[in-house]
Amino acid sequence: MGEGLGGAIDSMFNLQTWTSAIHAWLLGLVPEWAAILLECVVVALLIITLYAVFAIALIYMERKVCAFFQCRLGPNRVGKWGLLQVFSDVFKMLQKEIINMRKSDMFLHDLAPFLVVTASMLTFACLPWNKGGHIIDFNVGLFFMIAVSSIGVVGILLAGLGSNSKYPMIGSMRAGAQLISYEISIGITMLTIVALSGTMQISEIVQQQADNGWNIIRGHVPAVIAFLIYLIAGNAECNRGPFDLPEGESELTAGYHTEYSGMHFGYFYLAEYLNLFIAAGIASTIFLGGWAPLHIAGLDGFNGVMDAIPGAVWFIGKTFFVIFLLMWERWTFPRLRIDHILSLEWKYLMPLSLINLLLMALVVVFGLGINV
Amino acid sequence: MENMNYLQGLVAGMKTLGVGLKTTMREFFTKKITEQYPENRKELVMFDRFRGSLVMPHNEQNEHKCIACGLCMTNCPNGTIEVKSKMIETEDGKKKKILDQYIYDQGICMYCQVCVRVCPQDAITFDQSFETAVFDRQKLVRQLNQPGSKCQEKKPVARPAAAPKPAEKPAVAPASAPAEAADAAEKTPKTE
Repeated sequence: MGEGLGGAIDSMFNLQTWTSAIHAWLLGLVPEWAAILLECVVVALLIITLYAVFAIALIYMERKVCAFFQCRLGPNRVGKWGLLQVFSDVFKMLQKEIINMRKSDMFLHDLAPFLVVTASMLTFACLPWNKGGHIIDFNVGLFFMIAVSSIGVVGILLAGLGSNSKYPMIGSMRAGAQLISYEISIGITMLTIVALSGTMQISEIVQQQADNGWNIIRGHVPAVIAFLIYLIAGNAECNRGPFDLPEGESELTAGYHTEYSGMHFGYFYLAEYLNLFIAAGIASTIFLGGWAPLHIAGLDGFNGVMDAIPGAVWFIGKTFFVIFLLMWERWTFPRLRIDHILSLEWKYLMPLSLINLLLMALVVVFGLGINV
Repeated sequence: MENMNYLQGLVAGMKTLGVGLKTTMREFFTKKITEQYPENRKELVMFDRFRGSLVMPHNEQNEHKCIACGLCMTNCPNGTIEVKSKMIETEDGKKKKILDQYIYDQGICMYCQVCVRVCPQDAITFDQSFETAVFDRQKLVRQLNQPGSKCQEKKPVARPAAAPKPAEKPAVAPASAPAEAADAAEKTPKTE
C-alpha cells in the first residue's frame, strides 16, 4: 500500500475534509453566523433522523434475536420477513390519544419523557461516527457523556412522581436505585480506559486506537475484565435484560411508564432502545476502537483492505455486534430480585472494577500494554 | 473463610452464567419449531398423542371392532357419545347385541380420551384432524360407524392367568407374552 494512496483514502474518509469544504462553501454564500446556524440545524436534523432509524432497526432486531434465542421465527407476516412490523407499530402509536389523569402533576408528567429523550439524544450526539465525524467533542468528552446520560434518571423519577399512581412510583424508585448504583461501575470501567488512554476526549481515544490497536488488545487482561463488567452494567443501565425490574409486568404493570399513552409512551420506548444503542456505541468506542478499522500487525495487504472500508461502517458494525452481545445476555438470564440487583452491583461489580482499575494502573505504570 | 465463600461463589456464579450463555447460543442456531399453520397445512404433521376428533377405524372388509357394550357412552363425562344397539338372531339361534349407530357429538366433546381408554376392544381412537369449524352445530353430530359395516369376528385370545383378577393387575406386561395378550390383560381389569 503506497503512502500516496493510503493518504488519499485517509483524507477521503476523514469527514473533517468534507465538513470544512462545506463550511468554506457556505461562507462564500452567507455570513458566518448564518452558516453556523444552518449547519447546526442540519446536524440536529441528521441526528434526529438517525435516532429514529436506529430505534426502528433495533426494535426489529430485538424481536428477531429474541425469537431466535427462544427457538421461534419472530415477526414474519407484515412485509417480507416482518420488516414492516415496526413501522405499523409506530403508526399505531402515533394515532393513540395522550391521556391526562386527574390529580397528576401535569407539568412533570409531560416533562418526564422529554427529559428521558433529551438525555439519550445528548449522549447519542457524543458518539464518534467517523474520523472527523464527531458532533460533540471536547476535552472532557467521556465525563460529559456520563453526566448527560444521568439526566435520564431524573426523567424516570419525574415520571414516577408526576403520575400520581403507585406503580410508577415504585417502578421509578427501583429504577433510580438501580441506575445510580450501576453508573458507578460504568464510571469506573470508563475510568479504566481513560487511565489507559490518558485522555477523556472521545476523538483522541479513538485516534489512539486507530494508531496503536484497539483498547481491548492494548489493555489485554484489565481491558477484557472492564469490557465484561461494562456489558453487565450497560444492560442494567438500559433497564433491560435480567435487570428490568422497573417494569415488572406481574407486580408493577409497566413500571414508571404505566400511566403514559400514545407518543409519550413512545418516547420512553424509543429512549429505551436508543439507550441500548448508546451503551453499545460507548462500548465499541472505548473498547473496540470506534471507527478504527481492524489491523493485524504484519499483514499490510489485509490492513489496506480494512482501511478501504469507511469508518462509519466499522463503527456501526461494531456497535451492532455489541448490541447482539447485550441481547444475548438479556434473553439468557432470568430476572433478578431488587436486592440481588443491588448486591450484585455493590458487592461484586464495584469491588471488581475497582481492583481492575488498580490492575490497569499497574499495566500503564509499568508499560505492560501491547502497542501495535 | 467468609472471603473464600465470596470468591468461590463468584467463580461458581460466573461458570453457571457461562453455561446459560452457551445454551442460548446453541438454541440460536437450532431449527426453529414454529409451525406456520395455514401455509403448511399440506405437510403439517401433528404429534402422535394429539387428539383431533374421535374416529372408529374400519378395515378393508368394512368391519369395525365395536361390540356395542356402551362403556364409552356410560363413561363419557359430557354425554358426547350415544351407542344405539339392536338385537339380532345369529344362524345358530343365539341372540346377539350388535351396533346399529354410533353417534358422536364433537360439539360437546372435551377430548379427555376416557372413551378410548375404557374401550375393551380398541374400537375407537382419536385421529389428527382438527379443522372442524362449521356454521351449524348439528353438523358436528356424526355417525362414526360406516353404513353397512359390521363387527369383526373375534379372534380367540389366550388370556394370562393373572388377568381376570383386578387386584393383581400387573403393572408391567410380561415380556414373553404376545403383544395382543398383554393388551388384553391391561384392558380386562378396567372393564370389570
